Amino acid sequence: MKRNHLAAPYIVWMALFTVIPLGIVLYYAFTDSITGAFTLANLAGMSTYAGIFMKSVWLAIIACAICLVLGYPVAYFIATLDNKLTQRFLYMLVMLPMCISFLLRTLAWVALLDDTGIINDGLVKLGLGALPLARNNAAVVLGMVYNYLPYMILPLYTVILKIDRRLVEAAEDLGANGTQVFTKVIMPLSLPGIISGITMVFVPAISTFYISQKMGSSGTTLIGDVIESQFKAAYNPNLGAALSLVLMLMVFACIALMNKFSDGDDEEVITL
Amino acid sequence: MKKLLVFLLAAAMTLCVLPAGARAVQPTVTVYNWGQYISDGSDDYIDVNAAFEEATGIKVNYVTYDSNETLHTKLATGGVSIDVIIPSDYMIAQLIAEGMLEKLDFANIPNYQYIDEAYKNTDYDPDNAYSVPYTWGTTGIIYNTKYVDEADVGSWDLLWNSKYAGKILMFDNPRDAFAVGELLLGYNINETNEDALRAVTYKLIEQKPLVQAYVMDQIYDKMIREEAWIAPYYAGDYLMMLEDNEDLAFCFPDEGFNLFIDAMCIPTCCEHKDLAEAYINFLCDPEICGENLEYLGYSAPEEAAKAYMDEEIASDPIAYPDEETLAGGQAFIYLEAEVTQLMSSLWLEVKTEGGVELAPIIGVCATFAAIGAVIVITGARRRRRVKTRCAKWKT
Amino acid sequence: MKKANGIFTGVILLFLYIPMIVLAVASFNTGTDIATWEGFTLSQYAALFKDGSLLPLLRNSVFLALLSALIATVLGTMASIGIFTMKSRARKIVMAVTNIPLTNPEIVTGVSLALLFAFTGTLLKIRGILGFTTLLIAHVTFNLPYVILSVMPKLSQMDGDLHDAALDLGCTPVQAFFKVIIHEILPGIISGALMSFTMSLDDFVISYFVSGSSFITLPVEIYNYTKKPLQPKIYALFTLLFAAILLAMVVMNLIQARDMKRKAAEHSALRGRRRAA
Repeated sequence: MKRNHLAAPYIVWMALFTVIPLGIVLYYAFTDSITGAFTLANLAGMSTYAGIFMKSVWLAIIACAICLVLGYPVAYFIATLDNKLTQRFLYMLVMLPMCISFLLRTLAWVALLDDTGIINDGLVKLGLGALPLARNNAAVVLGMVYNYLPYMILPLYTVILKIDRRLVEAAEDLGANGTQVFTKVIMPLSLPGIISGITMVFVPAISTFYISQKMGSSGTTLIGDVIESQFKAAYNPNLGAALSLVLMLMVFACIALMNKFSDGDDEEVITL
Repeated sequence: MKKLLVFLLAAAMTLCVLPAGARAVQPTVTVYNWGQYISDGSDDYIDVNAAFEEATGIKVNYVTYDSNETLHTKLATGGVSIDVIIPSDYMIAQLIAEGMLEKLDFANIPNYQYIDEAYKNTDYDPDNAYSVPYTWGTTGIIYNTKYVDEADVGSWDLLWNSKYAGKILMFDNPRDAFAVGELLLGYNINETNEDALRAVTYKLIEQKPLVQAYVMDQIYDKMIREEAWIAPYYAGDYLMMLEDNEDLAFCFPDEGFNLFIDAMCIPTCCEHKDLAEAYINFLCDPEICGENLEYLGYSAPEEAAKAYMDEEIASDPIAYPDEETLAGGQAFIYLEAEVTQLMSSLWLEVKTEGGVELAPIIGVCATFAAIGAVIVITGARRRRRVKTRCAKWKT
Repeated sequence: MKKANGIFTGVILLFLYIPMIVLAVASFNTGTDIATWEGFTLSQYAALFKDGSLLPLLRNSVFLALLSALIATVLGTMASIGIFTMKSRARKIVMAVTNIPLTNPEIVTGVSLALLFAFTGTLLKIRGILGFTTLLIAHVTFNLPYVILSVMPKLSQMDGDLHDAALDLGCTPVQAFFKVIIHEILPGIISGALMSFTMSLDDFVISYFVSGSSFITLPVEIYNYTKKPLQPKIYALFTLLFAAILLAMVVMNLIQARDMKRKAAEHSALRGRRRAA
């Protein structure tokens, strides 16, 4: 079956539109913005943004942890349902928010959390004071968790669905109680899904700029905001490219680290 | 079932393609303007773009930006074709210096005769070759009288008043923000001295904890809903906001303010220069100008346009302040590339300044340490298991 | 335990849908403020259809999503089959490159493509290069990995002998290809296509960087809108979309329920006949 040539157009496409653009990012990262000469100054300037990088990573980690804790039970529940119809329906219900504009959903949250927003309006009417719900780190994490929770649930669901029920039965036959079945059988088998889910939440969370702009304040600038401003408001593609390069390397490093957990089969890094 | 799906898909796609083909024929002019900067038919005011299409048959492709810097970046990045832009004075000077504007053919813009003399032969375009004034205006402080004490009002330092912490908005572009700082500290708003600029940066960083958000167009929503109570912004926008929230008031600060002219230009990346000039000409028509600016609240550069405006608006002291007040106004001039770069990086410092927060650093290090520990421990455990298993087989 | 989990799932689903409820309520609001309720009205829906500005954008988005999903599916399926027959080392390299758009932050992908197009524009001296074509290229590029990663598992699960069996039984290679291979991996192709369509329809970050002023999609326009006070027409538009998709889902579910009932009835009829025989 000589079918290698079928992949040829794809390889050309990826070379043109994935590999070369990365090369261009590298080029811009290493050149000076006014003169165009080779320079390491852009990268050296990264130390001023170390604080922001740290904050972006930290908030992303928190968001991943919360998504995992919230998403795992949901995925488990839906995957172990006996009624296939309800299962498929619930699965689609989880996917549906992803089809509705991410921007509008975030704005709806802003309307809910603002000082003059819906929740505070209600609190004031009840006689309790208004709470500062928006424009802080917690609001940004809430926005991230809300927007990326489906990305955590779906890979987990796919993997848990494939777990052979007979393994669970065998474990129970051999004397394991509920908790042991979960920790020794189901959890390890669902590890690829967990890693997949964490990756799919971590990557957008660390690079978001819309959520931090809308739900955060001047004190919650994330690295995505800085990159976006370098390409949209201030015209400094070199600094922006350098920041993008560092961000990309950080993400790849984190993913490589996480893949150490799943030994052996890394044919599919992401299970959908 | 499968065949039905395939058929539906094909049908949907053909339906989508058909209108796309019919789209391309009408002549179109692409206009890139500030947000909320043209009368678009709301509240029964004139819809300028629709009127233009009716009068000339040319379709208007209208796109917006929120600051001069965004406009400049879009033009500098390239890859777009825009026919008409409406930047501010200093940005026009910068674009001319960078060779990014086309010279206008005034034979196609006969309505230029209506522009007042005061707005011709300006600092930024001394030969009147590249621009036609669209509006002029001033900056100042907009505040909500319900929540702000009248006694605190009068100087730019209202924006640094900790009594209103978290309810203060600030400009989201370097020049306007630095101008506020420079006026407060007594510098010229076209300051180029590095030490002075650093002093202003420090002052802006001082303000940061009190700022609710750095905004441009988002200010409307925030001030009207009373999410924020104090904001520096443009007089014309204040007049527009006033219609939705009557508790708002405007003040010209004692230290002075920025006086600006926004003018229409044609960038070198344009595709239809003649259509662009027709659009500019249309906007200079006194009736259109009058009705447009009646809605906008900004000030008209044409005396003739005032005849088409409501009496009250034409004599509004905020939109058309008297000589004495105007004397406090300073105009921006173009700053050289190096100074602009410096201001850009100082502004980035202000936006990203957050002090050193320990929590993220500790959290991240702890997480990575934990992950590293887990990997090492599971690795060691696996090796031990393999060893004992192999040992068992050997015996 | 299962019941508690069920309630927890219900709470989480409610959490996921709160903004949708807020948007739906806002679409019936007489006032423009999303947070204060002023009165019930259907005028926003009327305004949505009267005004010519929002619906063409929706058409743009759908058209772009359909076209890019189609191209990505065809290209990606061909690629999956090709990659599957590659030697291990070549396969590893290609899969690593495939994963790059997925694991790369969207902003980096958008920025790198924007730089590429600007570079090409100055090189070839094309003005206004950013437009429909660049948008399409960008969308296909980030859709391809989804298709490939949906189809590959199906290919590895497929029984390789089936193809040979078909050839033995007299199919031409082309027939065997379509009737056996494509048929086996069809679920993967469909899920990949659906995933591409969904991602493309709501993509905002990448489109923001590579779109010009001539072809604007709905998410990019909303981003521009959100810098000024939002018009409630948008809430009406999205409530309608939401209702439409929800309806489509329910209908599909009902059809599947009917199919399953029919199959179960057939099975039991067969069993009954066999027992009788």
